[in-house]
Amino acid sequence: MSAQVDSLPVAWLRRLGSMSLFFVQVCARSFSALAKPGLIVRQIYNAGARSLVIVMLSGLFVGMVLGLLGFDTLQRFGSEDSLGVLAALGMLKVLGPVLTALLFAGRAGTSLTSEIGLMKSTDQLTAMQMMAVDPLRHVIAPRFLGGIVAMPLLAATFSVIGLFGAQLIGVQQMGVDAGAFWSQTQNAVDLRDVTEGIVKSLVFGVACSLIAVYEGYHSEPTPEGVGLATTRTVVTSSVMVLLLNYLLTAAFLTKS
Amino acid sequence: MLSFAAFQHPGRRERLSDFPSKDANPSPAPAGDAVIEVRDAHYSIGGRKIFDGLDITARRGRITAFMGPSGTGKTTLLRLITGQSTADSGSVKAWGQEVSRLSSPELFSLRRRMGMLFQNGALLTDEDVYENVAFPLRAHTKLPESLIRQLVLTKLQAVGLRGAARLMPSELSGGMARRVALARAIVMDPDLLIYDEPFVGLDPISMGVICRLIKQLNDALGITSIVVSHDVQELSTIADDSFLLSGGRVVAKGTPAELHESKLPEVRQFMEGLADGPVPFHYPAPDLVKDLLEDEA
Repeated sequence: MSAQVDSLPVAWLRRLGSMSLFFVQVCARSFSALAKPGLIVRQIYNAGARSLVIVMLSGLFVGMVLGLLGFDTLQRFGSEDSLGVLAALGMLKVLGPVLTALLFAGRAGTSLTSEIGLMKSTDQLTAMQMMAVDPLRHVIAPRFLGGIVAMPLLAATFSVIGLFGAQLIGVQQMGVDAGAFWSQTQNAVDLRDVTEGIVKSLVFGVACSLIAVYEGYHSEPTPEGVGLATTRTVVTSSVMVLLLNYLLTAAFLTKS
Repeated sequence: MLSFAAFQHPGRRERLSDFPSKDANPSPAPAGDAVIEVRDAHYSIGGRKIFDGLDITARRGRITAFMGPSGTGKTTLLRLITGQSTADSGSVKAWGQEVSRLSSPELFSLRRRMGMLFQNGALLTDEDVYENVAFPLRAHTKLPESLIRQLVLTKLQAVGLRGAARLMPSELSGGMARRVALARAIVMDPDLLIYDEPFVGLDPISMGVICRLIKQLNDALGITSIVVSHDVQELSTIADDSFLLSGGRVVAKGTPAELHESKLPEVRQFMEGLADGPVPFHYPAPDLVKDLLEDEA
Protein backbone atom coordinates (compact mmCIF):
# COMPACT_ATOMS: atom_id res chain seq x y z
CA MET A 1 0.00 0.00 0.00
CA SER A 2 2.69 2.45 1.04
CA ALA A 3 4.68 1.71 -2.10
CA GLN A 4 1.84 3.21 -4.14
CA VAL A 5 1.94 6.55 -2.39
CA ASP A 6 5.71 6.76 -2.04
CA SER A 7 7.43 9.43 -4.07
CA LEU A 8 10.13 8.19 -6.43
CA PRO A 9 13.10 8.98 -4.13
CA VAL A 10 11.38 7.29 -1.18
CA ALA A 11 10.56 4.25 -3.32
CA TRP A 12 14.18 4.03 -4.45
CA LEU A 13 15.41 4.44 -0.88
CA ARG A 14 13.06 1.68 0.24
CA ARG A 15 14.31 -0.53 -2.57
CA LEU A 16 17.93 0.19 -1.70
CA GLY A 17 17.25 -0.72 1.93
CA SER A 18 15.50 -3.93 0.94
CA MET A 19 18.37 -4.85 -1.38
CA SER A 20 20.94 -4.12 1.34
CA LEU A 21 19.11 -6.39 3.80
CA PHE A 22 18.89 -9.07 1.13
CA PHE A 23 22.63 -8.69 0.48
CA VAL A 24 23.36 -9.28 4.18
CA GLN A 25 21.07 -12.35 4.26
CA VAL A 26 22.69 -13.83 1.14
CA CYS A 27 26.22 -13.14 2.46
CA ALA A 28 25.32 -14.88 5.73
CA ARG A 29 24.11 -17.94 3.78
CA SER A 30 27.10 -17.88 1.41
CA PHE A 31 29.42 -19.37 4.01
CA SER A 32 27.23 -22.43 4.46
CA ALA A 33 26.66 -22.62 0.69
CA LEU A 34 30.43 -23.06 0.31
CA ALA A 35 29.99 -26.45 1.99
CA LYS A 36 28.31 -27.63 -1.22
CA PRO A 37 30.82 -26.55 -3.88
CA GLY A 38 29.05 -28.62 -6.54
CA LEU A 39 26.14 -26.17 -6.54
CA ILE A 40 28.50 -23.22 -6.99
CA VAL A 41 30.51 -24.90 -9.76
CA ARG A 42 27.27 -25.55 -11.64
CA GLN A 43 26.38 -21.87 -11.38
CA ILE A 44 29.85 -20.80 -12.52
CA TYR A 45 29.23 -22.95 -15.57
CA ASN A 46 25.77 -21.45 -16.11
CA ALA A 47 26.81 -17.84 -15.65
CA GLY A 48 30.37 -18.10 -16.95
CA ALA A 49 30.89 -20.85 -19.50
CA ARG A 50 27.57 -20.20 -21.18
CA SER A 51 28.46 -16.50 -21.59
CA LEU A 52 31.91 -17.27 -22.96
CA VAL A 53 31.08 -17.19 -26.68
CA ILE A 54 29.25 -13.87 -26.57
CA VAL A 55 32.01 -12.35 -24.42
CA MET A 56 34.79 -13.60 -26.72
CA LEU A 57 33.03 -12.38 -29.86
CA SER A 58 32.28 -8.99 -28.34
CA GLY A 59 35.86 -8.70 -27.06
CA LEU A 60 37.24 -9.45 -30.50
CA PHE A 61 35.07 -6.85 -32.26
CA VAL A 62 35.63 -4.18 -29.60
CA GLY A 63 39.40 -4.82 -29.82
CA MET A 64 39.31 -4.55 -33.61
CA VAL A 65 37.44 -1.24 -33.46
CA LEU A 66 39.88 -0.01 -30.85
CA GLY A 67 42.73 -1.01 -33.17
CA LEU A 68 41.23 0.87 -36.10
CA LEU A 69 40.34 4.06 -34.23
CA GLY A 70 43.50 3.97 -32.13
CA PHE A 71 45.70 3.60 -35.17
CA ASP A 72 43.84 6.39 -36.98
CA THR A 73 44.30 8.78 -34.05
CA LEU A 74 47.86 7.85 -33.06
CA GLN A 75 49.28 8.02 -36.55
CA ARG A 76 48.37 11.72 -36.68
CA PHE A 77 51.01 12.22 -33.97
CA GLY A 78 53.41 9.66 -35.41
CA SER A 79 53.00 7.40 -32.39
CA GLU A 80 51.16 4.46 -33.86
CA ASP A 81 53.67 2.15 -32.15
CA SER A 82 51.85 2.97 -28.91
CA LEU A 83 48.70 1.28 -30.16
CA GLY A 84 49.40 -1.73 -27.92
CA VAL A 85 49.57 0.49 -24.82
CA LEU A 86 46.31 2.19 -25.71
CA ALA A 87 44.55 -1.10 -26.38
CA ALA A 88 45.92 -2.89 -23.33
CA LEU A 89 45.17 -0.11 -20.84
CA GLY A 90 41.78 0.58 -22.39
CA MET A 91 40.84 -3.07 -22.25
CA LEU A 92 42.21 -3.85 -18.80
CA LYS A 93 41.01 -0.76 -16.96
CA VAL A 94 37.69 0.15 -18.55
CA LEU A 95 36.41 -1.68 -21.59
CA GLY A 96 37.04 -5.20 -20.33
CA PRO A 97 35.29 -4.92 -16.93
CA VAL A 98 32.52 -2.52 -18.03
CA LEU A 99 31.49 -4.16 -21.29
CA THR A 100 31.76 -7.64 -19.80
CA ALA A 101 29.54 -6.53 -16.92
CA LEU A 102 26.97 -5.12 -19.36
CA LEU A 103 27.05 -8.34 -21.37
CA PHE A 104 26.87 -10.36 -18.15
CA ALA A 105 23.80 -8.41 -17.04
CA GLY A 106 22.14 -9.00 -20.39
CA ARG A 107 22.96 -12.70 -20.71
CA ALA A 108 23.59 -14.29 -17.32
CA GLY A 109 21.73 -11.68 -15.21
CA THR A 110 18.46 -11.99 -17.10
CA SER A 111 18.82 -15.77 -17.10
CA LEU A 112 19.28 -15.78 -13.31
CA THR A 113 16.32 -13.48 -12.71
CA SER A 114 13.93 -15.35 -14.97
CA GLU A 115 15.05 -18.73 -13.62
CA ILE A 116 14.51 -17.70 -10.00
CA GLY A 117 11.28 -15.88 -10.90
CA LEU A 118 9.93 -18.98 -12.61
CA MET A 119 10.98 -21.15 -9.67
CA LYS A 120 8.97 -18.79 -7.50
CA SER A 121 5.91 -18.75 -9.75
CA THR A 122 5.88 -22.56 -10.00
CA ASP A 123 6.07 -22.93 -6.20
CA GLN A 124 9.54 -24.51 -6.29
CA LEU A 125 10.86 -22.07 -3.68
CA THR A 126 7.81 -22.63 -1.47
CA ALA A 127 8.23 -26.39 -1.92
CA MET A 128 11.82 -26.06 -0.66
CA GLN A 129 10.63 -24.14 2.37
CA MET A 130 8.08 -26.86 2.99
CA MET A 131 10.89 -29.43 2.82
CA ALA A 132 12.64 -27.36 5.51
CA VAL A 133 15.28 -26.26 3.01
CA ASP A 134 16.23 -22.58 2.98
CA PRO A 135 15.99 -21.34 -0.65
CA LEU A 136 18.33 -18.45 0.13
CA ARG A 137 21.02 -20.95 1.01
CA HIS A 138 20.27 -23.57 -1.60
CA VAL A 139 19.21 -21.46 -4.61
CA ILE A 140 20.23 -17.84 -4.16
CA ALA A 141 23.68 -18.03 -2.49
CA PRO A 142 25.21 -20.48 -5.03
CA ARG A 143 23.99 -18.33 -7.95
CA PHE A 144 25.30 -15.19 -6.28
CA LEU A 145 28.71 -16.74 -5.63
CA GLY A 146 28.83 -18.31 -9.10
CA GLY A 147 28.30 -14.87 -10.67
CA ILE A 148 31.03 -13.30 -8.54
CA VAL A 149 33.55 -15.96 -9.58
CA ALA A 150 32.53 -15.96 -13.24
CA MET A 151 32.65 -12.20 -13.79
CA PRO A 152 36.45 -11.57 -13.37
CA LEU A 153 37.20 -14.66 -15.48
CA LEU A 154 34.93 -13.37 -18.24
CA ALA A 155 36.42 -9.87 -18.02
CA ALA A 156 39.95 -11.29 -18.28
CA THR A 157 38.91 -13.30 -21.34
CA PHE A 158 37.30 -10.22 -22.88
CA SER A 159 40.48 -8.15 -22.33
CA VAL A 160 42.83 -10.81 -23.75
CA ILE A 161 40.68 -11.41 -26.84
CA GLY A 162 40.23 -7.64 -27.25
CA LEU A 163 43.98 -7.07 -27.18
CA PHE A 164 44.34 -9.83 -29.73
CA GLY A 165 41.73 -8.06 -31.92
CA ALA A 166 43.58 -4.75 -31.66
CA GLN A 167 46.81 -6.52 -32.57
CA LEU A 168 45.10 -8.20 -35.51
CA ILE A 169 44.11 -4.83 -36.98
CA GLY A 170 47.13 -2.77 -35.89
CA VAL A 171 49.92 -5.23 -36.68
CA GLN A 172 48.48 -7.56 -39.30
CA GLN A 173 46.41 -5.03 -41.25
CA MET A 174 47.84 -1.54 -40.59
CA GLY A 175 51.45 -2.57 -40.44
CA VAL A 176 52.40 -1.52 -36.92
CA ASP A 177 55.65 -3.22 -35.89
CA ALA A 178 54.84 -6.31 -33.83
CA GLY A 179 57.90 -5.93 -31.61
CA ALA A 180 57.04 -2.31 -30.80
CA PHE A 181 53.40 -3.22 -30.19
CA TRP A 182 54.17 -5.89 -27.61
CA SER A 183 57.27 -4.37 -25.99
CA GLN A 184 55.58 -1.01 -25.38
CA THR A 185 52.55 -2.85 -24.00
CA GLN A 186 54.80 -4.84 -21.66
CA ASN A 187 56.59 -1.69 -20.46
CA ALA A 188 53.46 0.42 -19.94
CA VAL A 189 51.16 -2.05 -18.24
CA ASP A 190 52.00 -2.82 -14.62
CA LEU A 191 50.38 -4.87 -11.87
CA ARG A 192 48.40 -1.86 -10.65
CA ASP A 193 46.53 -1.65 -13.97
CA VAL A 194 45.74 -5.35 -13.84
CA THR A 195 44.59 -5.00 -10.23
CA GLU A 196 42.28 -2.13 -11.18
CA GLY A 197 40.63 -4.34 -13.80
CA ILE A 198 40.26 -7.26 -11.39
CA VAL A 199 38.84 -5.09 -8.60
CA LYS A 200 36.36 -3.48 -10.99
CA SER A 201 35.19 -6.77 -12.42
CA LEU A 202 34.80 -8.23 -8.93
CA VAL A 203 32.72 -5.27 -7.78
CA PHE A 204 30.63 -5.40 -10.96
CA GLY A 205 30.21 -9.14 -10.43
CA VAL A 206 28.84 -8.56 -6.92
CA ALA A 207 26.52 -5.79 -8.14
CA CYS A 208 25.17 -7.62 -11.21
CA SER A 209 24.72 -10.95 -9.42
CA LEU A 210 23.03 -9.32 -6.43
CA ILE A 211 20.63 -7.35 -8.61
CA ALA A 212 19.81 -10.43 -10.71
CA VAL A 213 19.04 -12.72 -7.76
CA TYR A 214 17.23 -9.96 -5.84
CA GLU A 215 14.93 -9.17 -8.74
CA GLY A 216 14.19 -12.85 -9.33
CA TYR A 217 13.51 -13.58 -5.68
CA HIS A 218 11.23 -10.54 -5.28
CA SER A 219 9.45 -10.82 -8.62
CA GLU A 220 5.67 -11.13 -8.78
CA PRO A 221 4.91 -14.83 -9.36
CA THR A 222 3.21 -14.17 -12.71
CA PRO A 223 4.50 -14.20 -16.32
CA GLU A 224 4.22 -10.41 -16.41
CA GLY A 225 5.98 -10.08 -13.05
CA VAL A 226 8.91 -12.22 -14.17
CA GLY A 227 9.18 -10.22 -17.40
CA LEU A 228 9.23 -6.92 -15.51
CA ALA A 229 11.82 -8.26 -13.06
CA THR A 230 14.05 -9.32 -15.95
CA THR A 231 13.80 -5.85 -17.49
CA ARG A 232 14.62 -4.25 -14.14
CA THR A 233 17.69 -6.46 -13.85
CA VAL A 234 19.15 -5.18 -17.12
CA VAL A 235 18.30 -1.53 -16.49
CA THR A 236 19.44 -1.43 -12.85
CA SER A 237 22.59 -3.46 -13.50
CA SER A 238 23.62 -1.29 -16.46
CA VAL A 239 23.15 1.98 -14.60
CA MET A 240 24.87 0.57 -11.51
CA VAL A 241 27.87 -0.69 -13.52
CA LEU A 242 28.39 2.71 -15.18
CA LEU A 243 28.01 4.54 -11.85
CA LEU A 244 30.37 2.19 -10.04
CA ASN A 245 32.84 2.42 -12.91
CA TYR A 246 33.02 6.19 -12.47
CA LEU A 247 33.43 5.92 -8.70
CA LEU A 248 36.11 3.22 -8.93
CA THR A 249 38.01 5.03 -11.70
CA ALA A 250 37.99 8.21 -9.62
CA ALA A 251 39.13 6.25 -6.54
CA PHE A 252 42.03 4.61 -8.39
CA LEU A 253 43.11 7.94 -9.92
CA THR A 254 43.01 9.63 -6.51
CA LYS A 255 45.09 6.83 -5.04
CA SER A 256 47.81 7.08 -7.71
CA MET B 1 -1.39 -52.59 -8.97
CA LEU B 2 0.01 -50.24 -6.41
CA SER B 3 2.44 -51.89 -4.07
CA PHE B 4 2.93 -50.82 -0.52
CA ALA B 5 4.71 -53.85 0.80
CA ALA B 6 7.75 -51.73 1.56
CA PHE B 7 5.75 -49.55 3.92
CA GLN B 8 3.70 -52.15 5.68
CA HIS B 9 5.72 -52.89 8.75
CA PRO B 10 3.35 -53.03 11.72
CA GLY B 11 3.94 -50.62 14.54
CA ARG B 12 6.60 -48.72 12.64
CA ARG B 13 7.16 -45.37 14.24
CA GLU B 14 10.73 -44.71 13.33
CA ARG B 15 10.80 -42.25 10.49
CA LEU B 16 13.55 -40.50 8.60
CA SER B 17 12.12 -37.21 9.82
CA ASP B 18 12.78 -38.42 13.39
CA PHE B 19 16.43 -39.14 12.69
CA PRO B 20 18.89 -36.57 14.00
CA SER B 21 19.83 -34.42 11.05
CA LYS B 22 22.53 -31.82 10.46
CA ASP B 23 20.58 -29.07 12.23
CA ALA B 24 17.95 -31.03 14.02
CA ASN B 25 15.76 -29.89 16.88
CA PRO B 26 13.96 -32.37 19.07
CA SER B 27 10.52 -33.28 17.70
CA PRO B 28 7.63 -31.86 19.69
CA ALA B 29 5.49 -34.17 21.75
CA PRO B 30 2.15 -35.19 20.28
CA ALA B 31 -0.90 -33.37 21.60
CA GLY B 32 -3.62 -35.93 22.09
CA ASP B 33 -5.65 -36.96 19.08
CA ALA B 34 -5.51 -33.66 17.23
CA VAL B 35 -2.62 -33.13 14.86
CA ILE B 36 -3.84 -29.78 13.55
CA GLU B 37 -6.07 -27.47 15.57
CA VAL B 38 -7.34 -24.14 14.28
CA ARG B 39 -9.37 -22.14 16.76
CA ASP B 40 -11.21 -18.85 16.11
CA ALA B 41 -8.74 -17.87 13.39
CA HIS B 42 -9.16 -14.49 11.72
CA TYR B 43 -7.17 -13.55 8.66
CA SER B 44 -7.40 -10.71 6.14
CA ILE B 45 -5.49 -9.80 3.00
CA GLY B 46 -5.54 -6.19 1.84
CA GLY B 47 -8.65 -5.42 3.91
CA ARG B 48 -10.54 -8.46 2.55
CA LYS B 49 -11.59 -10.89 5.24
CA ILE B 50 -10.56 -14.45 4.37
CA PHE B 51 -11.26 -16.16 7.71
CA ASP B 52 -13.70 -14.90 10.30
CA GLY B 53 -13.50 -17.22 13.28
CA LEU B 54 -12.40 -20.46 11.66
CA ASP B 55 -12.44 -23.69 13.73
CA ILE B 56 -10.92 -26.85 12.31
CA THR B 57 -9.38 -30.04 13.67
CA ALA B 58 -7.45 -32.72 11.78
CA ARG B 59 -7.11 -35.91 13.78
CA ARG B 60 -4.28 -38.43 13.76
CA GLY B 61 -4.50 -41.29 11.27
CA ARG B 62 -7.47 -39.83 9.40
CA ILE B 63 -7.96 -38.18 6.03
CA THR B 64 -9.42 -34.74 6.58
CA ALA B 65 -10.86 -32.86 3.61
CA PHE B 66 -11.17 -29.08 3.40
CA MET B 67 -13.73 -28.27 0.73
CA GLY B 68 -15.28 -25.09 -0.51
CA PRO B 69 -15.84 -22.93 -3.57
CA SER B 70 -12.90 -21.19 -5.22
CA GLY B 71 -11.64 -18.17 -3.30
CA THR B 72 -12.79 -19.38 0.13
CA GLY B 73 -9.21 -19.55 1.39
CA LYS B 74 -8.52 -23.29 1.32
CA THR B 75 -4.93 -22.83 0.17
CA THR B 76 -4.56 -19.89 2.57
CA LEU B 77 -5.56 -22.23 5.38
CA LEU B 78 -2.71 -24.55 4.39
CA ARG B 79 -0.35 -21.56 4.47
CA LEU B 80 -1.45 -20.86 8.05
CA ILE B 81 -1.00 -24.50 9.07
CA THR B 82 2.47 -24.71 7.53
CA GLY B 83 3.59 -21.36 8.94
CA GLN B 84 3.94 -19.62 5.60
CA SER B 85 1.43 -17.02 6.80
CA THR B 86 0.30 -15.96 10.26
CA ALA B 87 -3.29 -15.50 11.40
CA ASP B 88 -4.29 -12.00 12.52
CA SER B 89 -5.82 -13.51 15.66
CA GLY B 90 -6.84 -16.91 16.99
CA SER B 91 -4.79 -20.04 17.30
CA VAL B 92 -3.22 -22.41 14.76
CA LYS B 93 -1.56 -25.41 16.39
CA ALA B 94 0.35 -28.32 14.91
CA TRP B 95 1.10 -31.18 17.30
CA GLY B 96 0.17 -28.83 20.12
CA GLN B 97 2.64 -26.14 19.10
CA GLU B 98 1.42 -22.65 18.25
CA VAL B 99 2.78 -22.31 14.70
CA SER B 100 2.95 -18.51 14.71
CA ARG B 101 5.19 -18.50 17.80
CA LEU B 102 7.84 -20.81 16.38
CA SER B 103 11.26 -19.49 15.51
CA SER B 104 12.62 -20.16 12.03
CA PRO B 105 14.63 -23.27 13.06
CA GLU B 106 11.65 -24.57 15.06
CA LEU B 107 9.39 -24.03 12.07
CA PHE B 108 11.81 -25.90 9.79
CA SER B 109 11.94 -28.68 12.36
CA LEU B 110 8.14 -28.82 12.37
CA ARG B 111 8.01 -28.91 8.58
CA ARG B 112 10.27 -31.93 8.53
CA ARG B 113 7.31 -33.80 10.01
CA MET B 114 5.12 -32.64 7.13
CA GLY B 115 5.05 -33.53 3.45
CA MET B 116 3.21 -31.34 1.00
CA LEU B 117 1.91 -32.00 -2.47
CA PHE B 118 1.45 -28.80 -4.45
CA GLN B 119 -1.18 -28.18 -7.11
CA ASN B 120 1.39 -28.25 -9.91
CA GLY B 121 3.79 -30.68 -8.27
CA ALA B 122 6.44 -27.94 -7.82
CA LEU B 123 9.21 -30.27 -8.97
CA LEU B 124 12.68 -28.77 -9.32
CA THR B 125 12.87 -28.25 -13.07
CA ASP B 126 16.64 -28.55 -13.38
CA GLU B 127 16.78 -31.96 -11.65
CA ASP B 128 15.51 -35.30 -12.93
CA VAL B 129 12.85 -37.39 -11.19
CA TYR B 130 15.39 -39.35 -9.14
CA GLU B 131 17.15 -36.23 -7.88
CA ASN B 132 13.84 -34.55 -7.08
CA VAL B 133 12.85 -37.43 -4.81
CA ALA B 134 16.35 -37.62 -3.33
CA PHE B 135 16.43 -33.88 -2.66
CA PRO B 136 15.07 -33.88 0.93
CA LEU B 137 17.29 -36.86 1.83
CA ARG B 138 20.41 -35.09 0.59
CA ALA B 139 19.39 -31.88 2.34
CA HIS B 140 18.62 -33.37 5.74
CA THR B 141 20.53 -36.61 6.13
CA LYS B 142 24.01 -37.92 5.61
CA LEU B 143 22.85 -41.30 4.36
CA PRO B 144 25.19 -43.20 2.03
CA GLU B 145 24.38 -43.05 -1.66
CA SER B 146 23.40 -46.73 -1.77
CA LEU B 147 20.74 -46.21 0.92
CA ILE B 148 19.47 -43.03 -0.73
CA ARG B 149 19.11 -45.01 -3.96
CA GLN B 150 17.12 -47.74 -2.21
CA LEU B 151 14.81 -45.24 -0.54
CA VAL B 152 14.23 -43.24 -3.72
CA LEU B 153 13.53 -46.31 -5.84
CA THR B 154 11.18 -47.73 -3.19
CA LYS B 155 9.15 -44.52 -3.09
CA LEU B 156 9.09 -44.27 -6.87
CA GLN B 157 7.95 -47.90 -7.03
CA ALA B 158 5.12 -47.05 -4.65
CA VAL B 159 3.82 -44.37 -7.01
CA GLY B 160 4.47 -46.54 -10.07
CA LEU B 161 7.22 -44.41 -11.57
CA ARG B 162 10.45 -46.29 -10.85
CA GLY B 163 10.93 -46.61 -14.60
CA ALA B 164 10.75 -42.83 -14.99
CA ALA B 165 13.58 -42.16 -12.54
CA ARG B 166 15.83 -40.52 -15.13
CA LEU B 167 13.18 -38.44 -16.88
CA MET B 168 13.20 -34.67 -16.50
CA PRO B 169 10.07 -32.94 -15.10
CA SER B 170 9.42 -31.42 -18.53
CA GLU B 171 9.01 -34.95 -19.91
CA LEU B 172 6.26 -35.89 -17.44
CA SER B 173 2.50 -35.55 -17.80
CA GLY B 174 0.56 -33.63 -15.14
CA GLY B 175 -0.48 -36.82 -13.37
CA MET B 176 3.05 -38.26 -13.43
CA ALA B 177 4.50 -35.00 -12.09
CA ARG B 178 2.07 -35.13 -9.19
CA ARG B 179 2.98 -38.74 -8.44
CA VAL B 180 6.68 -37.83 -8.43
CA ALA B 181 5.88 -34.95 -6.10
CA LEU B 182 4.02 -37.42 -3.90
CA ALA B 183 7.05 -39.72 -3.81
CA ARG B 184 9.17 -36.71 -2.80
CA ALA B 185 6.63 -35.74 -0.13
CA ILE B 186 6.77 -39.19 1.51
CA VAL B 187 10.50 -39.84 1.14
CA MET B 188 11.25 -38.46 4.61
CA ASP B 189 8.39 -40.51 6.10
CA PRO B 190 6.36 -37.54 7.37
CA ASP B 191 3.71 -37.73 10.06
CA LEU B 192 1.38 -35.43 8.14
CA LEU B 193 0.77 -35.28 4.40
CA ILE B 194 -0.88 -32.18 2.97
CA TYR B 195 -2.41 -32.25 -0.51
CA ASP B 196 -3.26 -28.94 -2.16
CA GLU B 197 -5.82 -29.49 -4.93
CA PRO B 198 -4.36 -32.88 -5.94
CA PHE B 199 -7.01 -33.60 -8.60
CA VAL B 200 -6.91 -30.36 -10.58
CA GLY B 201 -6.33 -30.82 -14.31
CA LEU B 202 -6.04 -34.61 -14.18
CA ASP B 203 -7.73 -37.11 -16.48
CA PRO B 204 -10.05 -39.67 -14.80
CA ILE B 205 -7.36 -42.38 -14.76
CA SER B 206 -4.73 -40.15 -13.14
CA MET B 207 -7.37 -38.82 -10.74
CA GLY B 208 -8.26 -42.36 -9.70
CA VAL B 209 -4.58 -43.23 -9.25
CA ILE B 210 -3.91 -40.19 -7.07
CA CYS B 211 -7.07 -40.85 -5.10
CA ARG B 212 -6.05 -44.44 -4.40
CA LEU B 213 -2.52 -43.37 -3.51
CA ILE B 214 -3.80 -40.88 -0.94
CA LYS B 215 -5.94 -43.52 0.71
CA GLN B 216 -3.37 -46.31 0.59
CA LEU B 217 -0.48 -44.13 1.75
CA ASN B 218 -2.56 -42.93 4.66
CA ASP B 219 -3.47 -46.46 5.68
CA ALA B 220 -0.11 -48.13 4.95
CA LEU B 221 2.04 -45.46 6.58
CA GLY B 222 -0.35 -44.73 9.43
CA ILE B 223 -0.06 -41.01 8.85
CA THR B 224 -2.49 -38.10 8.95
CA SER B 225 -3.64 -36.58 5.66
CA ILE B 226 -5.16 -33.22 4.86
CA VAL B 227 -6.68 -32.82 1.41
CA VAL B 228 -7.79 -29.48 0.04
CA SER B 229 -10.04 -29.78 -2.97
CA HIS B 230 -13.39 -28.88 -4.45
CA ASP B 231 -13.75 -32.27 -6.10
CA VAL B 232 -16.69 -33.61 -4.06
CA GLN B 233 -16.99 -36.99 -5.76
CA GLU B 234 -13.35 -37.99 -5.33
CA LEU B 235 -13.11 -36.70 -1.77
CA SER B 236 -16.26 -38.55 -0.75
CA THR B 237 -14.58 -41.85 -1.49
CA ILE B 238 -11.48 -41.26 0.65
CA ALA B 239 -12.17 -38.62 3.32
CA ASP B 240 -12.88 -39.60 6.91
CA ASP B 241 -13.77 -36.07 8.00
CA SER B 242 -14.86 -33.14 5.86
CA PHE B 243 -15.06 -29.41 6.49
CA LEU B 244 -16.94 -27.14 4.11
CA LEU B 245 -15.63 -23.59 4.11
CA SER B 246 -17.63 -20.60 3.00
CA GLY B 247 -17.60 -16.93 3.92
CA GLY B 248 -14.51 -17.32 6.07
CA ARG B 249 -16.06 -19.95 8.36
CA VAL B 250 -16.81 -23.64 8.49
CA VAL B 251 -20.45 -23.94 7.38
CA ALA B 252 -20.62 -27.72 7.72
CA LYS B 253 -18.52 -30.56 8.99
CA GLY B 254 -18.77 -34.32 9.36
CA THR B 255 -18.29 -37.35 7.21
CA PRO B 256 -18.86 -36.93 3.45
CA ALA B 257 -22.14 -38.84 3.85
CA GLU B 258 -23.33 -36.39 6.52
CA LEU B 259 -22.46 -33.48 4.25
CA HIS B 260 -24.43 -35.05 1.42
CA GLU B 261 -27.49 -35.26 3.67
CA SER B 262 -27.21 -31.69 4.94
CA LYS B 263 -30.13 -29.33 4.29
CA LEU B 264 -28.07 -26.16 4.61
CA PRO B 265 -28.33 -24.11 1.39
CA GLU B 266 -24.54 -23.48 1.26
CA VAL B 267 -23.89 -27.21 1.54
CA ARG B 268 -26.59 -28.15 -0.96
CA GLN B 269 -25.28 -25.65 -3.52
CA PHE B 270 -21.72 -26.93 -3.21
CA MET B 271 -22.45 -30.65 -3.05
CA GLU B 272 -24.91 -30.51 -5.99
CA GLY B 273 -22.90 -28.01 -8.01
CA LEU B 274 -25.75 -25.49 -8.35
CA ALA B 275 -24.84 -22.35 -10.29
CA ASP B 276 -26.80 -19.96 -8.09
CA GLY B 277 -27.44 -19.92 -4.37
CA PRO B 278 -25.74 -18.46 -1.32
CA VAL B 279 -22.69 -18.11 -3.56
CA PRO B 280 -24.22 -15.90 -6.29
CA PHE B 281 -23.69 -16.62 -9.97
CA HIS B 282 -23.51 -12.91 -10.81
CA TYR B 283 -20.74 -10.68 -9.61
CA PRO B 284 -22.35 -7.64 -7.92
CA ALA B 285 -23.44 -5.20 -10.64
CA PRO B 286 -26.08 -2.46 -11.19
CA ASP B 287 -29.45 -3.30 -12.70
CA LEU B 288 -29.04 -4.78 -16.20
CA VAL B 289 -31.77 -2.66 -17.89
CA LYS B 290 -30.43 0.52 -16.34
CA ASP B 291 -26.90 -0.44 -17.36
CA LEU B 292 -27.93 -1.14 -20.99
CA LEU B 293 -29.93 2.09 -21.29
CA GLU B 294 -27.06 4.11 -19.90
CA ASP B 295 -24.82 2.57 -22.51
CA GLU B 296 -27.19 3.63 -25.31
CA ALA B 297 -27.39 7.20 -24.02
